[in-house]
Amino acid sequence: MRAAYARLWVRIKGGNREPEWLIAELIIPVITLSAYIFLYKMVKAPPQYAGFVIIGGTLMAFWSNVLWNMSAQFYWEKETGTLEAYLVAPISRMAIQLGMALGGFVNTTLRAIAVFVAGILIFQVPMALYEPFTAIVIFLLTIGALYALGMMFASLFLLYGREAWHTANLLQEPIQFLSGTYYPTTSSVIPFTVQLLSSLIPLTFGLDGIRRVAILGQGIKEVWPNIVALAIFTLILLPLARQALKFMENLGKKEGRLTLRWQ
Amino acid sequence: MEYCIMVVACDQSLPHIIETHNVVREFKGHDKPVKALDGVSIYIDEGEIFGLLGPNGAGKTTLIKILTTLLLPTRGTASVGGFDVVKEPHKVRKIISLVSGGETPGYGILSASENLWFFSQLYGLTSSAAKAEIKRLIADLEFEEYAKTRMSKLSTGYKQRLNLARGLLNNPRIFFLDEPTLGLDVLTSRKLRSYIVDWAKKERKGTVLLTTHYMAEADEMCDRVAIIDRGKILACDSPLTLKEKLKENVIMKAEVSSVQADFGFLDQMKGIVGVSQTRSIQTNTTSLKIMVREEKTFNDILSKLEKQNLKILSVNKAEPTLEDVYISLVGRGFEEETAS
Repeated sequence: MRAAYARLWVRIKGGNREPEWLIAELIIPVITLSAYIFLYKMVKAPPQYAGFVIIGGTLMAFWSNVLWNMSAQFYWEKETGTLEAYLVAPISRMAIQLGMALGGFVNTTLRAIAVFVAGILIFQVPMALYEPFTAIVIFLLTIGALYALGMMFASLFLLYGREAWHTANLLQEPIQFLSGTYYPTTSSVIPFTVQLLSSLIPLTFGLDGIRRVAILGQGIKEVWPNIVALAIFTLILLPLARQALKFMENLGKKEGRLTLRWQ
Repeated sequence: MEYCIMVVACDQSLPHIIETHNVVREFKGHDKPVKALDGVSIYIDEGEIFGLLGPNGAGKTTLIKILTTLLLPTRGTASVGGFDVVKEPHKVRKIISLVSGGETPGYGILSASENLWFFSQLYGLTSSAAKAEIKRLIADLEFEEYAKTRMSKLSTGYKQRLNLARGLLNNPRIFFLDEPTLGLDVLTSRKLRSYIVDWAKKERKGTVLLTTHYMAEADEMCDRVAIIDRGKILACDSPLTLKEKLKENVIMKAEVSSVQADFGFLDQMKGIVGVSQTRSIQTNTTSLKIMVREEKTFNDILSKLEKQNLKILSVNKAEPTLEDVYISLVGRGFEEETAS
């Protein structure tokens, strides 16, 4: 746990030491949200759509964090030379992953709350939150599943060279599209195939669940399938991440690519 | 040119703190596997400073990576502290530490002491114990004034001091140093070498396995040295004994006023044990170090050089160094050409 705490501490300390990043991470999401909200207003969509967009933008901050600061992290550690120090230390690699995930979560939560509050205040979004506890449960389960996915990607990226960067790029937009960050995927307009694919992504269930509870005024009776799906995702992804890490580390040791840089 | 390559196995029957038996490591090549280590057998006793000396690509880092559990051997066995590096890596990691020259010692955005605190946590030190140890190491390695400076802003020398402090945080029983003075200035190198020797011999009485391609470093620091080339251990003994074995040969140094001269004729001459050439574009000179069996051979060499209209700037007889041991084993120097 000391190792996990130390890694979390590095992430928080490092993440807040360069305030320029904070500005970019707060302003850019609000601009993106504004574009979608104005679009929905122009086409006279129901006012709840603005709320959908704000919740989508808020959770997107976590997905971006998972993708850029979690998945590609071991790759960056390798390039900067710190991975070797981790691998020689008598620690569980999952402790490092846990520290990265918790640190990323804490950092992103502060930014996400700021984006959420700014969005709600600027666009006067009507909220219908009757079961805050249910919303919190869905949110935490979504985060759990997302970071478990991040841990798995981090393991897979362990042996990656420069292509780690491209793969992260490749995953950004499709996930944004499939999970329905800025629109509800349950709408009949969305083709069945897209809906089917989107059901493979934990973010979809998290977004849908929170939107239902916070914007549409629904409760546990309606969103329990989302909770079950998210719990299943977490339970599958966490051990899978552990196995993937073990496998990739062993493969790296066999092939001699574990700490090989500039591949 | 006559020279011999003998494959030496430094082996004994007693248990040692580090042992390798016929370690082979192959990497994928373009058309066939490349052998980075070819049957390496060495032993190191507790409290020894042991040097692996060889040119770039000799297999030094590969061996250190296997011993520090970062790489699996293709064949053979290796143990550290009595633990098998393949079967018991976690036990090995508890008693070792690794510092590589030219490596980044942590996160650029954190200060030197913050980085050290972070790494201390990977070894389970309590926060108070870690702080005390960090303070001591920073003082010992003389970088108190940079303790609060961001790592990214430290000079190469101070980065390496920080790296060394990181490696000593867990007070390792076995300390692996991979080219610890790579790229450092003379003064910093000397300071770090003397610190490591003091740590191993007086303070911790720990074991050090050091890889280097600096002859003087191996000579100055190591109790025993293994000379490695193309994945094979060619000789293994104390620096003094290795050099003593060369006493029967004569070593001469000659400086010639040309950087482009062809010394190929030396390969055809009899009585030459080995030759090393260092060319300097800046001074337009080539320094030749020639090991011969009999002094008279050298007279023949000088007359051949003169026949080529080469100006001989200086000629000296030299005492054997570890480089000469290497030359006697493989017939060439570490760096045949240096364009400085």
